[in-house]
Amino acid sequence: MKAAHPTSSRRRRVWPWVNGACLSLVGLVFALPLAWMLVTSFQSETDALSPGLDLPIDRPAAIISQAHQNYRTVLTDESVNFPLLFRNTIIVVSLGVTGTVVSSTIVAYGLARVRLPARRAMLAMTVVAMLIPFPLLMVPQFILYAKLGWIGTFLPLFAPFWFGNAFSIFLMYLFFRSLPAELEEAAQLDGCSAWTCFTRVALPLSKPAIAVIALLHFTFMWNDFLAPLVFLVDRDMFTVALGLHFYQSRAGQTPWTLLMAASVLTMLPVLMIFVLALRTFLVSTSAFRHASPETRSTSPGRASTSHRTAGRGAH
Amino acid sequence: MTSSRSSLWLRMLWVAPWMVGLALFYAVPLAMSLFFSLTDATMIEPPRFIGLDNYAALARDRVFWRCVANTAIYAAVAIPLAMILSLWLAALLSTRHALAKPVLLLVFAPTVVPLVAASMIWLWIFNSDHGLLNMLFTAAGATGPNWLTTHGWAMSALIIMSLWSVGQSVVIYLAALRDVPRPLIESASLEGLGRFRRFVHVVLPTIAPAILFNAIIQTITAWQVFAAPYIMTGGGPDRSTYFYSHYVYDQAFVFQHMGYAATLGWVQCLLLAVCIGAVYLCWRRLGDLR
Repeated sequence: MKAAHPTSSRRRRVWPWVNGACLSLVGLVFALPLAWMLVTSFQSETDALSPGLDLPIDRPAAIISQAHQNYRTVLTDESVNFPLLFRNTIIVVSLGVTGTVVSSTIVAYGLARVRLPARRAMLAMTVVAMLIPFPLLMVPQFILYAKLGWIGTFLPLFAPFWFGNAFSIFLMYLFFRSLPAELEEAAQLDGCSAWTCFTRVALPLSKPAIAVIALLHFTFMWNDFLAPLVFLVDRDMFTVALGLHFYQSRAGQTPWTLLMAASVLTMLPVLMIFVLALRTFLVSTSAFRHASPETRSTSPGRASTSHRTAGRGAH
Repeated sequence: MTSSRSSLWLRMLWVAPWMVGLALFYAVPLAMSLFFSLTDATMIEPPRFIGLDNYAALARDRVFWRCVANTAIYAAVAIPLAMILSLWLAALLSTRHALAKPVLLLVFAPTVVPLVAASMIWLWIFNSDHGLLNMLFTAAGATGPNWLTTHGWAMSALIIMSLWSVGQSVVIYLAALRDVPRPLIESASLEGLGRFRRFVHVVLPTIAPAILFNAIIQTITAWQVFAAPYIMTGGGPDRSTYFYSHYVYDQAFVFQHMGYAATLGWVQCLLLAVCIGAVYLCWRRLGDLR
């Protein structure tokens, strides 16, 4: 861009302003829905329905007492027992995430580093499993779980993950393939078995990758709507996502202020983890692409450097 | 590669959980589903073999065609819009501006918001009497439509809402843009290429794999849209936002036609495969054009 045209120096001064204006506008538009939800959850019903931003900013005590009242009304509502639903969701999600992390890591290491027959076929099946639409699976799975006596329990929501999860296995597989094989070869010369290589050499190096699959699976399970809708029958066993829908659609009108307060509560755990593990989240989305063998074969070394820059930029 | 000493059976233990999982939760259900699609199974009655009648019935099922059309329209509008928007956002966010990082967080945050909660927010925003959007319309001196209860507007509302969660594609594009070699861009600008032509002729070809990846992910997502329309419009008004996955759900768990729902599931798989093929061909053509 070095002064090819006489106007380019003026252009260079204008562009940051244009970018700044666009960025501010984009930030505003994307934040607005969340901000609006938060504002409504702090308002009284009449204020929420009147046009304009009716928030007594000059009287913070009034806002706090109204917010307290709204959130307490949601949490003590008898028709939807939100504390119980939170407990249910935490049970289901922690069991599901633990299962996924444990078995996907072991399976992925097996696929990446242990000499197995039909390894390519197993990998292909894993990719196909990722692509099968859930609506195709949910009908026969429901009948299968009904035959197993699992309907009416939490089992359909977390038990399958104890056998591995296609997406997590694939991500961990790509990660293990990207580790230098020399480390494990050296450990083997020292007399380590495959299992000790896995637990002593590979696992300590894969903490970031494990964090990625744990986080992605956590958000997936916390936010999932269709599987709980299909497999859960009893209202006392609902997850929060399902409970929120029920809270909105039950007979009698739920005021918008309370609905927004309930929405804030539902997304609070994921948003908190998102803020705490920002870096992991943003790297996770690009990890898939960066770790792909295609990228590595075309330019050795490029994948690792770009991974580093992506991580730095995201922080 | 590890130890040829340990026996094959011992080595297979590594992948044993996943092989059992694949068999139990994928292979068996898929086989069951294929069988059900050839029967008139309901939730209670034992299945009776009826051959390809379910597949033949699809041709006469007007609701089925309606859902295919709705999903196709949604995909045809929402995917290109999301592709353009996310590419533009990524280009904007890749500039070294002080605001780029905080704005990236705001763009990515909606992707971790549960769809049910997002639906509640947008129900409130699209509310025709007290919603934020129509309030802005009124402030500008216009009258906003009844978003979720008017034919056409309901679909637009769902598409607008879907654009709110483009964060994932943005991050993928952003990573791809960082991989574009700087010397390539500099030499292009030395040859006198302007910003726009530099983007089309130098940047786009380099990030082509990311474009294909995002397009395929979005095609898969579009064919499985369920929660937002189910919660916000219930498929209405007049079935104008009745999506494919919603129909499968209704056939299976509301009307309890398990056999027919299984058929719908297989056809969905087929349609998705066709769409991914079409996306791939479009992507190839785009490569030829430059």
